[in-house]
Amino acid sequence: MSHEYQRMTLSRPPTRGEVLSDRWFRWSTFGFGVAVIGLLIAILLEIGSQALPAMREFGLGFLADREWDPNKNDFGILPQIWGTLYSSVLALLVASVFGLAVAIVISQNFLPRWLEQVLKNVIELLAAIPSVVYGLWGIFVVIPALRSLLAWFGVPPSEVSSSMLPAALVLAIMVLPTITAVARDAIVSVPVKLKEAAYGLGATRWECILGVVLPTAATGIFGAIVLAFGRALGETMALAMLIGNSNVLSLDLLSPGNTLAALLANSIPEAGGMQLSALMYAAVVLLFITLAVNIVGSLILMRANRNLLGGHA
Amino acid sequence: MMSLRRSLFVLVAAPAFLLVACSGSNAAASGELSGSLSGTGASFPAPLYQAWFKMYHDEVNSGIKVNYDSQGSSKGVRAVIAGTHDFGASDAAMKDSELAEVDPQRGMLMLPMTAGAVVVAHNTDIQDLKLDRATLADIFLGKISRWNDPAIAATNAGTTLPNAKITVVRRSDGSGTTYAFTNHLSAISSEWQSKHGVSKSVNWFDGALGAKGNEGVTAGISQNKYSLGYVEFSYADKNNLQTAALQNKAGKFVKPTIASFQSALAGDPLPANMRLFVPDPAGDASFPIVTYTWILAYKNYDDANKVAILKDVLNWCLTEGQKHSEGQGYVPLPTTVTDKVRAAVNTIKVTANG
Repeated sequence: MSHEYQRMTLSRPPTRGEVLSDRWFRWSTFGFGVAVIGLLIAILLEIGSQALPAMREFGLGFLADREWDPNKNDFGILPQIWGTLYSSVLALLVASVFGLAVAIVISQNFLPRWLEQVLKNVIELLAAIPSVVYGLWGIFVVIPALRSLLAWFGVPPSEVSSSMLPAALVLAIMVLPTITAVARDAIVSVPVKLKEAAYGLGATRWECILGVVLPTAATGIFGAIVLAFGRALGETMALAMLIGNSNVLSLDLLSPGNTLAALLANSIPEAGGMQLSALMYAAVVLLFITLAVNIVGSLILMRANRNLLGGHA
Repeated sequence: MMSLRRSLFVLVAAPAFLLVACSGSNAAASGELSGSLSGTGASFPAPLYQAWFKMYHDEVNSGIKVNYDSQGSSKGVRAVIAGTHDFGASDAAMKDSELAEVDPQRGMLMLPMTAGAVVVAHNTDIQDLKLDRATLADIFLGKISRWNDPAIAATNAGTTLPNAKITVVRRSDGSGTTYAFTNHLSAISSEWQSKHGVSKSVNWFDGALGAKGNEGVTAGISQNKYSLGYVEFSYADKNNLQTAALQNKAGKFVKPTIASFQSALAGDPLPANMRLFVPDPAGDASFPIVTYTWILAYKNYDDANKVAILKDVLNWCLTEGQKHSEGQGYVPLPTTVTDKVRAAVNTIKVTANG
């Protein structure tokens, strides 16, 4: 019966036009896909070829050298690598806690539906604010606020200026939308029947959220954090304005620091010769750090997925 | 209406051009010239250049458009070497090695267009702060880190100095301002010279805050109590930052004023290639940190129209334009200098074979 039905409606050979357009579509999407990969390779080659003289000159010692002295052609990016990772990790520590909390509040029926939507959109709007505006806000609002806050703890105001702390705080707000949006999607997609089962067993709302919803959504939440980490690593302008751009290697939150992206933004316009090459080398390093973070993230995600599947079996 | 106003302008302006442009051949036709030029380079004089080119377009000849892209001195130098723009601009002129890279058929002229000063600004309640030469260098070397250091007290007798850390603010990006500043520090401190030298960006001591652009340093100083940094004069002036009087070569403490900058530039005559740095000017009234800034033009162009436009525009900048320098925070060049530069401008010619 169903066989009859199909023959009547669908079972006719595709026309020549349909075959052609189908082929054309397949090849063009394939072409675009390849073009994206080709573009990435072209960028890598271009940066790599410009970085080559510096790679030859400094080798891997570039990664461990603390000096950046264009006048003596002595270049190393250890403080910048440290600053990039340190500021991003600090920002993530803050943003993960807040992002996850926000994601829970706007997805677990704590608020009326319309208010959830409003909050969600407001947080997503944070992503639309230009980086330079965040930088200015940091200079004119965050730093003075920190100054009066830390004065309570006996830190003299003149010791508080552009440094790791305001940079990491502003960075945390910048990556908040990424964490919230992706983590919320993961939480929302937890099957309703799991929650109903938990309630059926007599779980309270919080027991349900902490014991069932979050563990089930853990993979997606982790994905959100990895995405935010990637965004934090490459963030440039706001950090260049707030971090102090000083090549210091320190755990001190009030000490100025530097990041790879800020170094590039600051130095490219007036760079030439070996300095330009060293900057390209730094760009290659930044690319590889971002790549490594994403690969490690994917590997952990795969593991988490496997565990989750194992749990279901 | 517009054309009436424009023709009035031409009527008024044309005789001035006859006087101005010595070569004369195209000057009389300045009202008929039209076309555009593109230049790129130094950001230090960019506000003045852009104001000049706009004024020239609005008031002298609306048929001529000069685009100036403020990309930094190094870009300006590379642009004229690669031949991508009609002219470049640089705060550090060009090194001999860079001049050697320019197409020898085209040649290169380094034309001082204006001068600026780098001042030391601070955010404290100290009125009339005076810094002697050793103290200035030691602060930027990170050796003097507190305001009530005896070295600062020595030149500021009778002033109560705050017991606070000096937050040094400096440029994080490469810049002509840093070049001029380090050029002076190298002249007055052998330690600075051996440790850092003269450069558009140097390896500052740990803890010196880096800020991007003159505007970034200005914001850094005004936002941080007890900070101190170096900025181009106009930024300190427009933002009402307190500035320090610096000790010059003659041992006198001099406040930054247009007059003290002009005095500093009056000392040394320009050499034939017009590349002159005055890292430590002589004269009792001279402010110690001043610098020329250059437009880099070719000696030969293959386009006659471009040559005519370039000569006309540069001559205007060197005469009428100089009157507007001070309002923008730059130093008007003395006529002894502009005469020499204009003579060089008027040697620009069209390549015979095109």
